Amino acid sequence: MINKVVKNVEDALQGVQSGMTLMLGGFGLCGIPENSISQLEKLGVTDLTCISNNAGVDNFGLGLLLQKRQIKKMISSYVGENDEFERQMLSGELDVELIPQGTLAERCRATGAGIPAFYTPAGYGTEVAEGKETREFNGKMYVLEHAFKPDYAFVKAWKGDTAGNLIFKGTARNFNPLMAMAGKITVAEVEELVPAGELDPNQIHTSGIFVQRIFQGVAYEKRIEQRTVTPKS
Amino acid sequence: MALDKIGIAKRIAQELRDGWYVNLGIGIPTLVANYIPSGIDVEFQSENGLLGMGPFPIEGEEDADLINAGKQTVTVLDGGSLFDSANSFAMIRGQHVQLTVLGAMEVAENGDIANWKIPGKMVKGMGGAMDLVASAENIIVAMMHTNKHGDSKLLKKCSLPLTGVGCVKKIVSNLAVLEVTENGFKLLERAPGVSVEEIKNATEGKLIIEGDIPEMVIN
Repeated sequence: MINKVVKNVEDALQGVQSGMTLMLGGFGLCGIPENSISQLEKLGVTDLTCISNNAGVDNFGLGLLLQKRQIKKMISSYVGENDEFERQMLSGELDVELIPQGTLAERCRATGAGIPAFYTPAGYGTEVAEGKETREFNGKMYVLEHAFKPDYAFVKAWKGDTAGNLIFKGTARNFNPLMAMAGKITVAEVEELVPAGELDPNQIHTSGIFVQRIFQGVAYEKRIEQRTVTPKS
Repeated sequence: MALDKIGIAKRIAQELRDGWYVNLGIGIPTLVANYIPSGIDVEFQSENGLLGMGPFPIEGEEDADLINAGKQTVTVLDGGSLFDSANSFAMIRGQHVQLTVLGAMEVAENGDIANWKIPGKMVKGMGGAMDLVASAENIIVAMMHTNKHGDSKLLKKCSLPLTGVGCVKKIVSNLAVLEVTENGFKLLERAPGVSVEEIKNATEGKLIIEGDIPEMVIN
């Protein structure tokens, strides 16, 4: 067994520097690497390019790094729910590349799977396709999209073992397994870290081969953005 | 009388067919799930990684790890499944999802749709909408026929940045049901009590009116 465990978030983020390109898992605030984001804020690294489906909310998730002006460029599919983000973007302080969600997911997957580029129909005929190669297959038009070149990927899982194997819960899976594949260095934080052998190999979502560092996360807030309920009748 | 949001959702629900997997966008489309016709089994796909999406959880049972694409807490029904975002969009682009229902700011008579950006004003992003409209065989747009100033949202040509080209097949608005054809918007049904004349006045794009136009039947 190759042991991937690091002691804490400080060790997990060793080597992160200003100007790097980072991937961060999560959809909205669901499944975001809370501990790693806090540590990025603490480290004060700047000029970051962040690849993440969303940009957090004003005072949580990636919103924390936006408030401190640590992010130079965001690559996302949807950035509503964040007033500071919108302000920085409209004023030109923040460079933003908005791309279709499925394209974002597949670009992450392609990065980790050794696929340099692929064709997708998403965005054909829109400003997303401007300047990109297009090609017809079977009478339909497609846009060529490329893999990313991230330095680090930060993902969050429900359970993980010392070999770096990960299991996600519910819809907190989202971009995490894809980004785990893509990182040159992938840092996984987990709610519950167990010894290798305790997780059923049949149930592993992300194999340890994709994870370079894993640590036991602490103090998860797991905020809910839209609490919607059916009243007890 | 023009339909309200619930009326639009009820009319769209009549388009559901047994055995379909359906993706519902944020807003009016989400309401469609409340009016599934009896005797029909459909499953709802949420692009953040959930198939078999159920109603909002009972108070106190909400789970931060179980949300829909609108970031609302939801539940999973029996037979449901969970997956990552690449798999989710494989279902969408691979046309395993039979129907997509989404909102729009503008639709053009050739089926172009704009719903993600107002330059200089609102830039929230397209989320999964571009993947959905580029791939789905069957796209229904749920929308108000006019904006709050009374201007038509069914246009000759979209003025806002496009989400997809030539992809909308059907529109259910507060005034009418329309099919997007090669020649323009074909009027299929009127909202109860709404005249053809009213629909004409509210439609900037080419409107095709053939024969008597029936009223929608909404329970």
